[in-house]
Amino acid sequence: MTQIFAYIPFSNGVAEDVAMEFPTAAAKIDKGASLTAVLTGSGADLDKVANDMTGLYAEVIKINHNDLAYPNAEVVRKALVNVIPAGSIVLAPHNTFGMDLAPGLSVKMNASYAADIVDFAGVEGTVLKASRQELGGAVSTHVAIDIASGAVITIRPGSFAPVEGKTASGAVVDKSANAGDLSAKRKFLEVVQAEVGDVDITKADVLVSIGRGIEEQENIEIAEELAKAMKTVVSCSRPIVDAKWLEKGRQVGTSGKTVKPKVYMAMGISGSFQHLGGLKGNPFIVAVNKNPKAPIFQVADVGIVANIIEFMPELTSAINDL
Amino acid sequence: MEILVCVKRVPDTAENEFELNGAGNDLDRDDLVYSVNEWDNYAVEEAIQIVDKVGGNVTVITVGDSESEEVLRREMAMGANNGILLSDDAFEGSDGKGIAAILKAEIEKGKYDLILTGAQADEGAGQVGGMLAAMLDLPYASLVNKIEVGEGKIKVGREIEGGNQEMNEISLPCVLSIQTGINEPRYVGIRGIRKVAGVEIPVKSASDLGIAADSIGKAGAKTKRIDYFVPDLGAGAEMLEGSTDEIIAKLIEKLKAKGGL
Repeated sequence: MTQIFAYIPFSNGVAEDVAMEFPTAAAKIDKGASLTAVLTGSGADLDKVANDMTGLYAEVIKINHNDLAYPNAEVVRKALVNVIPAGSIVLAPHNTFGMDLAPGLSVKMNASYAADIVDFAGVEGTVLKASRQELGGAVSTHVAIDIASGAVITIRPGSFAPVEGKTASGAVVDKSANAGDLSAKRKFLEVVQAEVGDVDITKADVLVSIGRGIEEQENIEIAEELAKAMKTVVSCSRPIVDAKWLEKGRQVGTSGKTVKPKVYMAMGISGSFQHLGGLKGNPFIVAVNKNPKAPIFQVADVGIVANIIEFMPELTSAINDL
Repeated sequence: MEILVCVKRVPDTAENEFELNGAGNDLDRDDLVYSVNEWDNYAVEEAIQIVDKVGGNVTVITVGDSESEEVLRREMAMGANNGILLSDDAFEGSDGKGIAAILKAEIEKGKYDLILTGAQADEGAGQVGGMLAAMLDLPYASLVNKIEVGEGKIKVGREIEGGNQEMNEISLPCVLSIQTGINEPRYVGIRGIRKVAGVEIPVKSASDLGIAADSIGKAGAKTKRIDYFVPDLGAGAEMLEGSTDEIIAKLIEKLKAKGGL
């Protein structure tokens, strides 16, 4: 029988949403598989989340240690290698922690590795078929994962339907004594909170958001004029912050701000999943992009194939003439 | 400080519109434009800036065919001192672990204080750095957006959710994967590339590295791409068409209805 272990990330005593998505992913791998939640941490937060997970998972393993109070990937990896049986399938989220943990874990468990999976098509023999994306979401691929010696797999948060309500009545098993030597060459120091910029994009009902399509720093003024006409502010995708054209506080995405506007004007934004991960509350999305194949058109409500440098001034003057 | 930066030649997402080939099982690769993986430029720039401060050398390395030499030269034109090309028909079809094992074999022949990779490349897995570190038993940090070099150890910032930064102290040697935005990679002109055109870049094969051919390449791969496909993502956006005036008139009506104006 396939044994699947899901690593549950949590903070401040609350499991991340992906904890509700692992059971769906596990069932798509193998309906008959056993599914166990694994949590590492320390103290009351760990106990609370482990207890919460018994409503979703038939078995919940907790590993309690002071060195696990903050999830340092090197320390977590050591604990997991000692607790999870060889040959298992281990699921983790494809986020900044999963990316830190999972590749090395697959080496230490001598297991196959597959990253950022968005769907599974089941197991045939010892081969698990799955889907993922490449080239920034421009293309999709099927992959075959050899699970004969186990596999470590990260799944894309938000790609599997969350299970609702209480679907299991599991028990918590304390495996802290099995964690082994947790000494590490990497030491966690602190989390530095993101700076609050002069503009708060998280409160806006409408956002004019720009991406690579803006082409040059001078062109940001064109977006500022459209934002002014729409009585709002300019936000952006990652490349604009990387280029230092706007400050970090203006960035929408998993590594930036989470916004909940009513209307989102995606101007020259290709629509990577990291960007869309920062867009909540089901806004009305208008996408303007000169590439008709841009992934943003798959999620937008309204799409226009155009060069934003030419399109935005036309729209601005039409709005100003209203 | 001796710094090794692992780089990759990839299809340029900014320059290409990707289409499937006639059979639908691969990309139509005939006219693809290739360049250095974007993340790798940040890694090379960071390495050069560290060496400018504390001394040492930057070596760039890649696993690829003869065409990958151009990306090594481009990074050498930025300021990397040496290049190494790991190339063998046996390497083709390697999965992430295969690539990490090939790099490991060469890294063990040298002595590096710091090994950098880009945080991810064209396949979007972000896997080689973490695997390489685990294989070499070195500490690792991913998505690094700040490095402060100290004595025998470094302080690194990792980009985590919400734009926050996780600070860590790591002993050297170590492996780091570099996130975009950590610096501003310098521009490389034609003149810079001409200057390094004559520099010899050693090419090493599987036998040079002492790697068993069946542990890497397609035969050794545990995760294999089967095919490319077009996902069924539903209807997608309602595309507005017509003259610019017509499009704008339709858009304004919709924005009014949805509270955008």
